[in-house]
Amino acid sequence: MPLLSVADLHTHFQTPRGLLRAVDGVSLAIEEGESVGLVGESGCGKSTLGKTILRLVNPTSGSVAFDGDDIAKVPSDALGPYRRRAQMIFQDPFSSLNPRHTIERILTAPLYVHGIGDRAERKRRVREMIERVGLPLSSLSRYPHEFSGGQRQRIGIARALILGPDLVICDEPVSALDLSIQAQILNLLVEMKRDFNLSYLFISHDLSVIRYFADRVLVMYLGRVVEEGTGADLWARPLHPYTRALIAAIPDPARRRQAAPIGGDIASPEDIPRGCRFHPRCAIATSICAKVDPMLEAHAPGQRAACHHAGQLTRPPEA
Amino acid sequence: MTAKLLDVSSLTIAFPRGTPVADFGFAIGEGETVAVVGESGSGKSLTALAIMRLLPRTARIASGSIGFRGRDLLALPEPDMRKVRGREIAMIFQEPMTSLNPVLTVGKQIAEVLRLHEGLSAEAARKRSIELLDLVRVADPHLRVDDFPHRLSGGMRQRVMIAMAVACRPKLLIADEPTTALDVTIQAQVLDLLDRLRRELGMALMLITHDLGIVGQWADRVVVLYAGRGAEEADAGPLLEDPLHPYTKGLLAASPRLDARLHYTAGALREIPGSIATAQREPGCPFVPRCAMALPSCRISPPPLEEIRPRRLLACPPTAAQEQANASAVGR
Ligand SMILES: Nc1ncnc2c1ncn2[C@@H]1O[C@H](COP(=O)(O)OP(=O)(O)OP(=O)(O)O)[C@@H](O)[C@H]1O
Ligand SMILES: Nc1ncnc2c1ncn2[C@@H]1O[C@H](COP(=O)(O)OP(=O)(O)OP(=O)(O)O)[C@@H](O)[C@H]1O
Ligand code: SF4
Ligand SMILES: [Mg+2]
Ligand SMILES: [Mg+2]
Repeated sequence: MPLLSVADLHTHFQTPRGLLRAVDGVSLAIEEGESVGLVGESGCGKSTLGKTILRLVNPTSGSVAFDGDDIAKVPSDALGPYRRRAQMIFQDPFSSLNPRHTIERILTAPLYVHGIGDRAERKRRVREMIERVGLPLSSLSRYPHEFSGGQRQRIGIARALILGPDLVICDEPVSALDLSIQAQILNLLVEMKRDFNLSYLFISHDLSVIRYFADRVLVMYLGRVVEEGTGADLWARPLHPYTRALIAAIPDPARRRQAAPIGGDIASPEDIPRGCRFHPRCAIATSICAKVDPMLEAHAPGQRAACHHAGQLTRPPEA
Repeated sequence: MTAKLLDVSSLTIAFPRGTPVADFGFAIGEGETVAVVGESGSGKSLTALAIMRLLPRTARIASGSIGFRGRDLLALPEPDMRKVRGREIAMIFQEPMTSLNPVLTVGKQIAEVLRLHEGLSAEAARKRSIELLDLVRVADPHLRVDDFPHRLSGGMRQRVMIAMAVACRPKLLIADEPTTALDVTIQAQVLDLLDRLRRELGMALMLITHDLGIVGQWADRVVVLYAGRGAEEADAGPLLEDPLHPYTKGLLAASPRLDARLHYTAGALREIPGSIATAQREPGCPFVPRCAMALPSCRISPPPLEEIRPRRLLACPPTAAQEQANASAVGR
């Protein structure tokens, strides 16, 4: 049984302009010890999906099964045990750390809230964790603004791991960092995964980072997972035209001065196109694409895509 | 190389507390795309603002010159500089949303530039605004011209910024991280647009970025900045294939790439230890605290950017010496 299993999850928001379908029918599973990458462009619902899985946002419908319990239906005051086991690392470590609290206090708070250990035990765990993420003990008495971006991300990681979670959702953990710092943080996350046998849902818009970090990859477009596969298969043989476009859009010296072959703007989640949500930008769309919403189906072993013409490189002739 | 259009030399920008750009120089030829890369805080934007003469008032240019078509921009009286700005050199800023006026339609904002610099009538300016929107491939330009910025997507706003920047057919367009806030697929469209305009309008492009992939796909030449000093300068291909400065080397080794078959299960990424913050109080080469190659001599004074072979500049004497030894060994 997977550690986490999400089925037909929807998270809709009511906005002044109408209904915004941020997460619009997502199903996924994460096995114990697995690192699942979630890639997609801005506003496609990655963070909302992550937050809904953690019940930081309530789902509109669907289920989130974690180790046998449906988290989507647990009353919010009974989520305590789940919160211990599922944690999140945020993109911007600065805005997620209270500027008026010392690092020691920031790291002790989760232990305190969950009633873990006595004072001495909490202190011991905090010291152990800060050293584990590569910061000196002297950091504990300092404040967030005294640290660089990379160091703050280390603190964010320490805070997420101090409760000993099984599942960690990393929401763009390196996007705000300098290139020369990204590798440090990615390596630390890999070490943590090994040492604590973590499962990751790793969110990023950067395919290269996902390529390195994920065992299995989910590609999201406008609230939906449109392709899923193991890393190697998906990069070598993308089935969905959107996945192909994403790969082709990565700046690459090998494509000197060539444009990436995709036009059009990303639609708004308040106005998701009928039929296939990608069809207005799709180079191989046919008339069925504008009418019928394709389901995520297996087209190759271990690889699923939501596309009527999955795997085709050119527009098929109309019947 | 083509004739020099812009020639920045020994530029030093000082604030009351610190000198974020020091003794920095590089040149841009006519019609050339030069990428300026470096991490956050390395001085990329300040250098661009110095060229535009738009530095914050607390900043002081402690030394240097900025040659542009035979004049030193730093010596130009402000009224003359106003004619250069927008007309001969234009700039697209890092955040497209904050640089557009939210209460004016897109058309009015482009028209304003045209009326100011070209003295067009209201009617002619509107007509030209629509043409410019078409030039930057905004669909339905005659409708979009009356839209307010908030109605546009991020990619469209950036196109509008580009339309305003190229309205007077500048000789040099400075684009400060023009695609950082954009999605990958939209980013590709915008870079393609900038390159097409460069060719069609015969502009040179100064492209500020921290994305080495962008450098490889779009730039002719690359200048690598580290903590406000030039570390390395070369043509784009050779720089990416054979980086010489330990920082550039480390950067390329540290970045995961889609084509590299690297996966976390097979091994860790190469790291550059430490962070750019350590450069602050360094009297010598700013990279010393993070550098595996550093010699005692590196700590004495910052090494200058010097030509070690044609079209290849480097500010790292130990590497330069090594290169020279290699070259004589193979009898080059
Ligand atoms: N609390 C909320 N109320 C209303 N709309 C919301 C809320 N949270 C998110 N949204 C909207 O839902 C959509 C998905 O947002 P989300 O932050 O999940 O995207 P994302 O994929 O994480 O994007 P990014 O890559 O920019 O972080 C967006 O259109 C966003 O504006
Ligand atoms: N108005 C100012 N007063 C004092 N220091 C400043 C000012 N503006 C910039 N600096 C400093 O100058 C340095 C270089 O800034 P600059 O904005 O040029 O960096 P950058 O390379 O463009 O970085 P980024 O990639 O984050 O845009 C920074 O360390 C910054 O702290
Ligand atoms: S279903 Fe049709 S429109 Fe959608 S991605 Fe496939 S071919 Fe393109
Ligand atoms: Mg997000
Ligand atoms: Mg900048």
